[in-house]
Amino acid sequence: MGEASPPLLNEDGTRGAGRAGASPVLAVSMRQITKRFPGVLANDHVDFEAAAGEVHALLGENGAGKTTLSNILTGLYRPDEGEIELYGERVRFRSPREALHAGVGMVHQHFLLVAPFTVAENVLLGDHRAEGRSFVLHQRAIEQRVAELGERYGLAIDPRARIWQLSVGEQQRIEILKALYREARILILDEPTAVLTPQEAGMLFQTLRAMAAEGKTVIFISHKLHEVKAVADRVTVLRGGSKVATVSAAEATQRSLAALMVGREIAVAHRVQRESAVGGVILELEHLSAAGDRGGLALKDVSLEVRAGEIVAVAGVAGNGQRELAEAVSGIRDLEAGVVRVAGRVLRSGDPRAAIAAGVAYIPEDRLGTGLAPSLSVAANVVLKSYRAPPVSRGPVLILRRMRELALALISRYDVKAPGPDTPVRNLSGGNLQKLVLGREFEGERRVLVAAQPTRGLDVGAIEAVHAHLRGAAANGLAVLLISEDLDEIRALADRIVVMYEGEIRGELDAETATVEEIGYLMAGGER
Amino acid sequence: MRLERRLEHPRWLLVAVPLGSIAFAFLLMAVVLLATGHNPGATYRRMFDAAFFANGALTSTLVFATPIVFTGLAAAAAFRMQLYNIGGEGQFYWGAIAAVGIALYLGDQGVGSTPVYVLAMSVAGALAGAAWAAIPAVLRAFARTNEIITSLMLNYIAGLVLTYLIIDSHSYWRDTESFEGQTFPLGKAIPDEAKWPSGTLDAFGGIVVPLGFGIAAAVAAVIWAVYSRTRFGYELQVIGDSQRTARFAGMRLRRKILAVMCISGAVAGLGGASFEGDFAYQIDPTGLQASFYGYTGIVVAALARYSPLAVVPVGFFIGGLLNAGFTLQGADFPAGLVGVMQGLILFCALGGEVLVRYRFRLGRGVRRAPDTPSVEAAS
Repeated sequence: MGEASPPLLNEDGTRGAGRAGASPVLAVSMRQITKRFPGVLANDHVDFEAAAGEVHALLGENGAGKTTLSNILTGLYRPDEGEIELYGERVRFRSPREALHAGVGMVHQHFLLVAPFTVAENVLLGDHRAEGRSFVLHQRAIEQRVAELGERYGLAIDPRARIWQLSVGEQQRIEILKALYREARILILDEPTAVLTPQEAGMLFQTLRAMAAEGKTVIFISHKLHEVKAVADRVTVLRGGSKVATVSAAEATQRSLAALMVGREIAVAHRVQRESAVGGVILELEHLSAAGDRGGLALKDVSLEVRAGEIVAVAGVAGNGQRELAEAVSGIRDLEAGVVRVAGRVLRSGDPRAAIAAGVAYIPEDRLGTGLAPSLSVAANVVLKSYRAPPVSRGPVLILRRMRELALALISRYDVKAPGPDTPVRNLSGGNLQKLVLGREFEGERRVLVAAQPTRGLDVGAIEAVHAHLRGAAANGLAVLLISEDLDEIRALADRIVVMYEGEIRGELDAETATVEEIGYLMAGGER
Repeated sequence: MRLERRLEHPRWLLVAVPLGSIAFAFLLMAVVLLATGHNPGATYRRMFDAAFFANGALTSTLVFATPIVFTGLAAAAAFRMQLYNIGGEGQFYWGAIAAVGIALYLGDQGVGSTPVYVLAMSVAGALAGAAWAAIPAVLRAFARTNEIITSLMLNYIAGLVLTYLIIDSHSYWRDTESFEGQTFPLGKAIPDEAKWPSGTLDAFGGIVVPLGFGIAAAVAAVIWAVYSRTRFGYELQVIGDSQRTARFAGMRLRRKILAVMCISGAVAGLGGASFEGDFAYQIDPTGLQASFYGYTGIVVAALARYSPLAVVPVGFFIGGLLNAGFTLQGADFPAGLVGVMQGLILFCALGGEVLVRYRFRLGRGVRRAPDTPSVEAAS
């Protein structure tokens, strides 16, 4: 769809192009967009405009309608009402492919990758130009191009690696690569930085700014205020399916944006003083080594202690062994060497039941698909860890009524927005999924909590709630192992910080005094 | 026209769609019949008469329905965990072999009590079926071999074993004494006491209900209860949906694969036992292999949406069609009709799945307005 080549932006239209004045080309104009889903008004007469050459942030809480709006722009959904113009021309996309042809690319929050395929194959998939057109796959050529692209945009990745072997962070990079490869003129990124380190995010921002400077339009969906401030020219805020305002990023403050977003003033995440750890050592990891999915050791001689009431954060770039660490502690991954002790007792390696029985709660990185069974009901998912014993089951018999009662109780206690206990969980939004997992994992007698990326993809309100729950868990005497890539979160919550790099613990910092720069240095493999 | 994903699946759809699919298949078939010069109305009337309404029709329909209800249950039982046991055919053969073997043996020992025979044949058949199913199960659990292929291949081996026992050897199962047996390769008949009893319903001029059909219905109820009301069934459901989630929750995948495949095989094997005890009384290698009970069971399970309770009526219905095809075949009745019919029904039913998951919407936003610029014309 490249023939109607749009007039590009004037040279001066880089940063701030979207603001009135230089009369930039309107790349995207969505008017009065309305989209209804059964029981939900996802978009309510939303107006949205983005100019060529600007980075336009779409800010809003979970369920504010950001993803729906972008799905409409990318042709995944059709609006019930309203119209869309690209570069002044009215369009009606019948499929994402048409949108892609028109130059609209999207990096989704939930990755759209084929797990058994290689990186190169995924990048190529669905592309019908150049290499994608050929009947025979020219593996080498494609791999080389992908590698080149990755290098050019600082998204280094092995094009021959298979998706299932990669961490979530690495998979995200492929999604970004994919859109870049398609040479989209309008690129939508749904929470792209959620899995990146500050340094990586900074590099991404540079990429995005460079793209904007080339006259492309970048629509950046986020609920991280400092990112929006850092990268966007303008910000459109959505709340409850409606547009609240479009403001200039330079003139807005984090506080004013947060207020627009949640409709109330909210405290920016900061360190909350807690009673320092008083209890004895609950979780002991001694010289843990474990294999990764790609062979080789993903965890190398990791030793760590967490005391009751203490939050120890594990910082690191995605794919440096954090996931394997969490899985080793929760018994999901077999150990090559070393032992995990909970309250002095050694856990059987590779036996999740032993970990569950010992009171290890685990909030996995991948909520849907690991933490929850997607097509099963809320009720079935709520009892995932408690179904073996009364009151959920009596002997071999499952008590369905009790399952529904527990689900209803959890729905109301954790404020999960779900139509009912019988709804399949895959119909719930990200924030509600996490609340469900949290509620379930806190159920029963717990000694240790392993939380992997517990707030990824959640909005400010939900993040606060999750943080409060984590602090509450520590206050109740749990040993909390927090694995996160969000340094603000780590500094807001942790008592101690350890940094993982290539499967090893590279250093331990006191959360009170650690600086972002210092952590970032260690995360990037720096030696102390 | 466009498709929209349904967020919820109303219950009535789960019944309406298969029924609608069957009706649609009959419509399609009518076109085929017209094209080949048959009167669809009359043909269907004859078919349904032969299957359900004529005197004694239901009795013979049950003969066809009983084995495929068993094999249908076997397929449905495995599918709960997203395992595809295509080996119902071979497990059915082994069930028949074991049941006949134990009946012959007990006959040689002079046992005269029918309940003993029924029990022994059922247990032997189920065990043999389970053992045969354990082969793909072990391969799947420990070597990650695709169970579809292994279980399918084992069917051919089981078929050859049947042929070997009766035609290519003087095995214990072969009749080597009677005159016919010495002239033709025949299976040895089980003693009269080993023939399973049947009940007669005083309706429609008397319907003979074989014991096997009653057992099948009971098995269906048990499987349903176990799968929907027990921890075991819950675990299967979680594993079937997401193995990672199952691992996360500490469920033991390998054991469940073994258990489910063995249950599935046991049900198919029980079907083989019932087939021998109720109807066949001896191993007939060509007849067994020409009946495709195992494969038909997969069709039945698919039509029943893998619900064990629905397998019973669906099996009954398909049994009726098989019976009609068998009874009516001749010059004026297209012999392939029932086969084509079955194929069309399955085809429509699987196509109808789309309607359960998605809804069709007509109009609005589908065609572009005439004044829409060329932005989408290039697609």
